[in-house]
Amino acid sequence: MSDLLAARLQMAWSLGFHIVFAAIGVALPVMMVIAEWRWQRTRDPVFLELAKRWAKGSAILFAVGAVSGTALSFELGLLWPRFMALAGPLIGVPFSLEGLGFFTEAIFLGVYLYGWERISPRMHLIAGAAVAISAAAGTVFVIMVNAWMNTPLGFTVANGKLIAIDPIRAMGSAAALPQALHMLLAAYASTGLAVAGMHAWLLRRDARSRFHRYALAVALCVGAPAALLQPLSGDLSARLVARTQPVKLAALEGQFQTTRGAPLRIGGLPDATARETRWAIEIPRGLSLLAFHDPDAEVMGLDAFPEKDWPPVAVVHVAFQLMIVLGSAMAAVSAWAGWVAWRRHTLAGHRSLLLALAVVTPFGFVATQAGWAVTEVGRQPWVVQGLLRTADAVTVMPHLWAPFSVFGLLYLGLAAVVAVLIAGLVREGATSGPLG
Amino acid sequence: MSAILDFGLPEVTAVVTLLMLNAYVLTGGADFGGGVWDLFARGPRRGEQRQLIAEAIGPIWEANHVWLVVVVVMLFGAFPPVFSLLGIVLHIPLTAMLVGIVLRGCAFVFRKYGTVRRWERHWGRMFASASLITPVLLGVCVGAVAGGAVGRAAALLPAGPGARAIPSFVQVFVAPWLALFPMVVGILALALFAFLAAVYLTLAAPTAALRHDFRRYAYGAAVVAFGAALGGLLLAPGEASRLGAGLASTAAALALRAAIAVAGLAALLALRSEWWCAARIAAAALVSLILWDWALAQYPYLVPFTLTICEAAAPRITLQLLLGGLAGGSLLVIPALAYLFRTFSGSGAARADVRRAGS
Ligand code: HDD
Ligand code: HEM
Ligand code: HEM
Repeated sequence: MSDLLAARLQMAWSLGFHIVFAAIGVALPVMMVIAEWRWQRTRDPVFLELAKRWAKGSAILFAVGAVSGTALSFELGLLWPRFMALAGPLIGVPFSLEGLGFFTEAIFLGVYLYGWERISPRMHLIAGAAVAISAAAGTVFVIMVNAWMNTPLGFTVANGKLIAIDPIRAMGSAAALPQALHMLLAAYASTGLAVAGMHAWLLRRDARSRFHRYALAVALCVGAPAALLQPLSGDLSARLVARTQPVKLAALEGQFQTTRGAPLRIGGLPDATARETRWAIEIPRGLSLLAFHDPDAEVMGLDAFPEKDWPPVAVVHVAFQLMIVLGSAMAAVSAWAGWVAWRRHTLAGHRSLLLALAVVTPFGFVATQAGWAVTEVGRQPWVVQGLLRTADAVTVMPHLWAPFSVFGLLYLGLAAVVAVLIAGLVREGATSGPLG
Repeated sequence: MSAILDFGLPEVTAVVTLLMLNAYVLTGGADFGGGVWDLFARGPRRGEQRQLIAEAIGPIWEANHVWLVVVVVMLFGAFPPVFSLLGIVLHIPLTAMLVGIVLRGCAFVFRKYGTVRRWERHWGRMFASASLITPVLLGVCVGAVAGGAVGRAAALLPAGPGARAIPSFVQVFVAPWLALFPMVVGILALALFAFLAAVYLTLAAPTAALRHDFRRYAYGAAVVAFGAALGGLLLAPGEASRLGAGLASTAAALALRAAIAVAGLAALLALRSEWWCAARIAAAALVSLILWDWALAQYPYLVPFTLTICEAAAPRITLQLLLGGLAGGSLLVIPALAYLFRTFSGSGAARADVRRAGS
């Protein structure tokens, strides 16, 4: 394994691990706050029980999110010192704002988790809301960094250094808003539908449980609207990519030849040596229509760029297709749930809907991983689009397979433990006494 | 003297970064120290001791930990070449430290919130041993910088964007930190963190017996810290040759050394006299002064003798924005932190917890 490959894998693995807990850290507080708020309004103890159960799970999940995030901030220097030396003065500013966001989050998380008996119910609810808001704010700032890597601006290059830098402009790069929106929706959709799915599964076994009915309702309130909006936000992202990163667009659509009225490909496997995408269903003019809102628009294919600037086309295309399939399924199930809730006022007895919800449980998290593969692998061979190549950014430290193996095993072990502990909490919830 | 007074924006930023590190040491450092006493808890009350430690750090450790993240962000935003150099030369100890940080935090929450009873003892042990090792590694990294070893290794790194050839793996990636001086600084960091934790816990402890247990621990840590500090001073002239010399000559440095001695004696005296609150303040002052002593010793270098503050600093606009952002952010964070500590610290709260747990 080359050092560059090991570094890329370590980065991808660490980010892929962190993003699961980060997404939960953004969305779960919203759900806890809704449940606690319902309890304060209705005095129905089931809502309180729900808020406390979720808080217990979130204590574990947030801690893993916090420590893996800390590791990431060091890893940027451990693996990509030349990227940090170049871009640090620009992206340090959004990162520091991200730090303040997560600082506030961690403070109010402590207040929330340990303060049930210490502070007034009102303050407790406010602390929960502060956790939710600061986590979302922190996410927006960290996404600004990633957006800058995709659509860099706010500097001039001279002698391999960035001069005349403008960090404020850099925070408002073209990709910032669409990406931040898409990521926040992804967090709410993934977490909301995952929690809903677990409780839907348990409701199929015991349709009378008020605990699971309330849990399902709150989780869907957060997850379903986000899942319905996500395809729209994805369209926004795709059009931005079309405008600003034509190579990435060509890769994610498997478009090898520059064409007017390009078709939209569903499925298929790009073959970079043969320069064609096989076995895809093609919708004539679909891509031109979607990407530029004009059926005759010209879409640049990979042939418009030197091959050394191509990302791994097959990975990007397949990941993109996966995200869209999963996203469509999530949106469809959410729409169905909304329809049933509107017509019947309860979902608990609708066994086929509950099954569908249970099936989509992992979809959001898988789609999030796939989406990040599209963004990050699709940007290759660049760390910073058009400015710094990944191969030039990597550290001179040799034997990088070693730290990669360390983090690989560490996170694999942690993931297994967290899965067992959370499953234990869910089971406890499923079997616990009088309220259940 | 005039050099010290000649402060520009880069120097101010460096001081602010050091203040953040100071905050981390006093809060997050003490949380690691608490884990050390979980490991070394002895005697008939060891269960209660462990309980007090867990109650004391539970609500605050995640927030305290963010100071470290802020330091890292300041480092790569304001002094990018330093961050980049540390990431290269100290790759191995930093990676080990990250593993320690990850395991400490995870084991702590797994023990508290885990649903598998059978695993609890293992989490306890993992929490305690990660708390022991991580501060040593942090100190080792500081020692490798302070001793000038990182700076010397920097000269061996390939220049130019395409160059990757390293003259000797051991010389660049191992020797700078796997040496006597960094190890002594590592022990010093561990002992100081443990000392802080023990002193803090005397104030939080609900009973006299527990207070005296932690006082004994504090004395133990003080002895180790004193030994390590002495060792560090003796080794410094050899390993960190120009440090000792430049330092002892300035009046400010002498005053700082005197203040360290006074703070140390005051902390011990306060402990002996059972002035728990005064002991806490003196201990915090002692550890902070040692940190500033290190900073002054290598001033104006961030990485002796390779990168000065001015050479490493990012453009003015970045420094201004970082400082402005921090100032604005602290309007939010400082009151929130104060609220957190008010809600959970203080002997009253801890006592209520122990009572509840005991009943
Ligand atoms: C719940 C997760 C989820 C779902 C259902 C979708 N996405 Fe997504 N997508 C992500 C989660 C995600 C993400 C959070 O992983 C990414 C990575 C970077 C980003 O900003 O969001 C992403 C990136 C991403 C990009 C690349 C942006 C870039 O590189 O700048 C595009 C073009 C889309 N998405 C398009 C879509 C479309 C058309 C969807 C239609 C259903 C869709 N996404 C559903
Ligand atoms: C898309 C990407 C990311 C998102 C959405 C995200 C979001 C989050 C969230 C919500 C948290 C709080 C964790 C919790 O309490 O559960 C968190 C923690 C953290 N993240 Fe990320 N993060 C992302 C990427 C990164 C990256 C690339 C870095 C590193 C440079 C990073 C650094 C951190 C740090 C240092 C923390 C710890 C803060 C603490 O101690 O509470 N994150 N992240
Ligand atoms: C928002 C914050 C993020 C930042 C600042 C960031 C930064 C980076 C950097 C510096 C690299 C290495 C250089 C490169 O390969 O281009 C990288 C690679 C990568 N990242 Fe991100 N990333 C972020 C979010 C994420 C998330 C959340 C994921 C995954 C879920 C992710 C997945 C990947 C992958 C798969 C690679 C490897 C790409 C390849 O080498 O083929 N990134 N990222």
